[in-house]
Amino acid sequence: MFSNILIYFVVIPLLMLAGLAFCRNIRQIRAVAVTGSLVLTALSVYLLVDYLGLRAAGADAPMLYTDSWAWFKPLNINLSVGVDGISVAMLLLSSIILLTGSFASWKIDQAKEFFLWLVLLTTGVFGFFISIDLFTMFMFYEVALIPMYLLIGVWGSGNKNYSAMKLTLMLMGGSAFLMLGLIGIYYHSAPDGSELTWNLLQIAENGSIDKGWQYFLFPMTFVGFGVLGAMFPFHTWSPDGHASAPTAVSMLHAGVLMKLGGYGCFRVSIYLMPEAANDLAWIFLILTGISVVYGAFSACVQTDLKYINAYSSVSHCGLVLFAILMLNTTAMTGAIMQMLSHGLMTALFFALIGMIYGRTHTRDIRQMGGLMKIMPFLAVCYVIAGMASLGLPGLSGFVAEMTIFIGSFQQGMADYLAGDGSLRLVFTIIACCSIVITAVYILRVVGKLLLGPVQDKHHLELTDATWWERTSTVVLILSVAAIGCFPNFFEDIIRFTFSEQIFTVIGMN
Amino acid sequence: MEATIPVLILAIPLFMFLFLGILGKYMSHKLAGILGTAGMGVTLILAYFTAFTYFFAGTPEFVDEAGQRLQCVVFNVDWLQLYDQLVIRLGFLLDPISAMMLVVITTISFMVHLYSNGYMRDHHGVWEKGFQRFYAFLSLFSFSMLGLVVATNIFQMYIFWELVGASSYLLIGFYYTKPSAVSASKKAFIVTRFADLGFLIGILVLSWYTGTFNFTELTSVPVADGVSAVSLTTAEGVKNIFASSAVPTFMGGSVMTWALVLIFMGGMGKSAMMPLHIWLPDAMEGPTPVSALIHAATMVVAGVYLVARLFPLYLMEPASLTIVTVVGAITALYAAMVACVQIDIKRVLAFSSISQIAFMMVSLGVATPDFHEGLGYMASMFHLFTHAMFKALLFLGAGALIHAIGSNDYTDMHGLRKYMPVTHITFLIGCLSIAGIIPFSGFFSKDEILSSCLGNSTVTYIWMSLVAGLTAFYMFRLYYLIFWWKEHKVREGHHTPHDQPWTMTLPLVILAAISCVAGFIPFGNFVTWNGEPYDFMAHFDWNVATISLIVAVAGIAVATWLYRKENSVPAKMRAAIPALWDWCYHRFYFDELYMFITHKIIFGCISRPIAWFDRHVVDGAMDGMAYVTNKAAYAIRCMQSGNVQMYVWIYLLGALLLGAVTAVCLMF
Repeated sequence: MFSNILIYFVVIPLLMLAGLAFCRNIRQIRAVAVTGSLVLTALSVYLLVDYLGLRAAGADAPMLYTDSWAWFKPLNINLSVGVDGISVAMLLLSSIILLTGSFASWKIDQAKEFFLWLVLLTTGVFGFFISIDLFTMFMFYEVALIPMYLLIGVWGSGNKNYSAMKLTLMLMGGSAFLMLGLIGIYYHSAPDGSELTWNLLQIAENGSIDKGWQYFLFPMTFVGFGVLGAMFPFHTWSPDGHASAPTAVSMLHAGVLMKLGGYGCFRVSIYLMPEAANDLAWIFLILTGISVVYGAFSACVQTDLKYINAYSSVSHCGLVLFAILMLNTTAMTGAIMQMLSHGLMTALFFALIGMIYGRTHTRDIRQMGGLMKIMPFLAVCYVIAGMASLGLPGLSGFVAEMTIFIGSFQQGMADYLAGDGSLRLVFTIIACCSIVITAVYILRVVGKLLLGPVQDKHHLELTDATWWERTSTVVLILSVAAIGCFPNFFEDIIRFTFSEQIFTVIGMN
Repeated sequence: MEATIPVLILAIPLFMFLFLGILGKYMSHKLAGILGTAGMGVTLILAYFTAFTYFFAGTPEFVDEAGQRLQCVVFNVDWLQLYDQLVIRLGFLLDPISAMMLVVITTISFMVHLYSNGYMRDHHGVWEKGFQRFYAFLSLFSFSMLGLVVATNIFQMYIFWELVGASSYLLIGFYYTKPSAVSASKKAFIVTRFADLGFLIGILVLSWYTGTFNFTELTSVPVADGVSAVSLTTAEGVKNIFASSAVPTFMGGSVMTWALVLIFMGGMGKSAMMPLHIWLPDAMEGPTPVSALIHAATMVVAGVYLVARLFPLYLMEPASLTIVTVVGAITALYAAMVACVQIDIKRVLAFSSISQIAFMMVSLGVATPDFHEGLGYMASMFHLFTHAMFKALLFLGAGALIHAIGSNDYTDMHGLRKYMPVTHITFLIGCLSIAGIIPFSGFFSKDEILSSCLGNSTVTYIWMSLVAGLTAFYMFRLYYLIFWWKEHKVREGHHTPHDQPWTMTLPLVILAAISCVAGFIPFGNFVTWNGEPYDFMAHFDWNVATISLIVAVAGIAVATWLYRKENSVPAKMRAAIPALWDWCYHRFYFDELYMFITHKIIFGCISRPIAWFDRHVVDGAMDGMAYVTNKAAYAIRCMQSGNVQMYVWIYLLGALLLGAVTAVCLMF
């Protein structure tokens, strides 16, 4: 069992949990958290290199490092693992965000309990990304969601009980749909009469799920995952949840957890039920297309930094789901890039907001101003994050958005020519408009918060970033810039993944 | 050509940006300034070398046997593979216009780097706060602008297009504690971003139909590996691709026209064409050297450059060229009218830039290969070149004045010719040049533009000549108001204004010298629409030249009559046409219109209602569900009373009901 590298993504967090349980003081806790996340980051980098090596050597299976261990024989539940380019990228993203999140929570109260829950959450996240068994996938998914309630409820700020409850209930509501969908898939996993299975690859190999059932199961799973992906109109947990969550939790939640939604939509809904995806895409295209502009417009008038960012996440994550629904290799590659990009830059944003809030004790942009003068380092980082968000070339957002737009436009024209209406085309143009609105709300915040005269005289005494805060932000900025400057490297990792299998089923390009 | 030097041309400014941006605060102001200037100086030498090699080496990669100049892709690396056919590359394209732009950008940029060493200090030699940051941003801008002009494909152009926009944002907002600078920078970014939306969609359409981003594949035929010659055949091929596609037309126009007009919209934003010009006057909030570099000489001509770059495609769709002409002509007149009544000298210059860039646009719009072998194209590029020099000169001169006086308004200046002789003479040369007086450079380029307008239609010619007359008028109005008149104000600084340190005057002198002689460059030998040399003097129309000279002199004469000395005529004229004067002074209320659209419509009618809807309707529904669940639970909790007798009753009733149902079912 331990000969498979993937299993260590779950084992290391579990070891960290054990280690944390024995910690006596904050120094030990920090040591465990930082060492653990460094090991995880190193492991994911190693995995990436090794994965690329295998692919270069000609490994062309859809998933590599596959393995399976029986767990509950009567229902054929296994712990099956395996990764492709997308999961590898997601694992790397998660470990970077865990690392930077640990640095960002350097001074948290009740550190031991905080990190215990945080690491438990991470275990769920890593487990989710390495699983290819629907049942264990769902289990890890739940493991990642539940700690959120405590993390927000205990360490949060503001109206935290309400927010924690709302977030948990809404996500659990999504899980209910999801559970139904997954069980449905299980019962239709073997149309050829062979043994029922939870294994993704096996299901795809067994041939397509009965089409009638697809029409029922696709919306179930898509909405289930879509709630976590902040799809309109199921996104309202996001502003309240983020606003109340402590810094590291916001980072992990927006940076990684929301990606579980997009990843799940792709991995389960589209991969297993491409026909229904093709036929029903229009419903969700409309919803996600609305998300993109709706989130951006809402962000324009918010005054709380975290609300602005939460709505901006609705817009950016909407673009992820939007692009996935294009059912087109280019757009889907863009979607995964957008997940990476959004993960890193939102984590950066929330880290910075947390640091600013920790100093000024307000997140209301009307009560702050001229922070550039007071804390230049944080302010410059904020500007960089903003530039990434509004899609400045050289940073990650641009690459992802452009790939999405070009792919979507391609698909939109293909649809139009095939006489399938111009919905995709129209919504592509609408989604393109978000680049302008994004610039409006980002520059509005930058102008009010960082530039201009100092608003509050008390702020003049505040200090700039400490070394751990600098570490956290610099790592994130470097990652964002790496994607932005060398996009081909990252897109190559992802692109191979879109196996012809999905696309031959629906005849897409 | 070896790739080393082209790579260095881009790499040095980028390195200087990162180096000064990250380490600048640890070094002294002086060192940062010297390093920045030296970096730019090296880039300048390399760029001159490259341009010189391109124009004069005569090797087969640059010019063919017939003398046609070729497009040479020095290097081109894959940056992002989108799908099988479509890939974004970053590269270096050397052809007449990019070589010319390399010279323009590095020259002006170097002058501005040098000049800022003096400008970014006050009279006591105290350095401006954030001086190192200023040089870092200047380097970033130079990098982006160089990357833009050497783009091998339209997407690379878009990438650097966005980067120049961002560097412009950073530089306009350089004095970030000043609210007006902050809002000006924001406005500049958002307005150009809006224009870029059109650009982006245009690129999407164009690349979808043609399956390529590469300029060489869109407008030229390959001659050898990496070398190609501009050709209408390829452009016709592109037109055929559009015409023979499944969707050749859209809303009454051909799709290709739409694509080109959308791309031109991007150019309108960057080049401040009406109605997307509103950001440029506000952009004058930035330090004056920045205005000279970005908002007069280089970035704002990016739109002209874009149209010139895709010119063979525009030729294929006359409708799109007509739009370019009309937009240009309207903008030229509008900006010239507004420039006549502004008080802030930088704003006068800003509107004059808009007007002059519009001249270049019109010139491109009226250019056809049939008329004097594409004279308009050559004239446009020529004017771009000369305008960059004399407008940078004027702005740097204005900077020297502002630096000496401490105010932007001419009302605080007057009579400075005695105190600042160097600035006075150089500024006068700039004014003569822009007014189009022989033998200064502006005369030649503007004359070519007017000749080519005449070739298109008499209306365009008369219209543009009128604007040229206005140009001479408002520039000399400005000149007289600054340097003549009697001083009538007690100066705040308690010291007499004087010429500035050599770092500031040297660039003025150099640029003035260039403005004097640039007109004699046989430009047609270097830059034409298809690279074939064009004999400048053979097509020179002396009639047009004479008329334009008369118009310019008339403009100057009127300005002299009205503004040479303080008198009551201007006030009377103003009283005679109060409405027109007001409209011009308030720039035809465009800013108010935009304010209305952004604040009232976008924020008031879209964003706020959406935010309200989100909180109260969408979220309200979620809260409502929770509330209903809560209330329902509350309502039925009395069922769990703990009263055993009640439980038994309910149990019995339930059992009876169930029995009855079963019985009924069995019976039927």
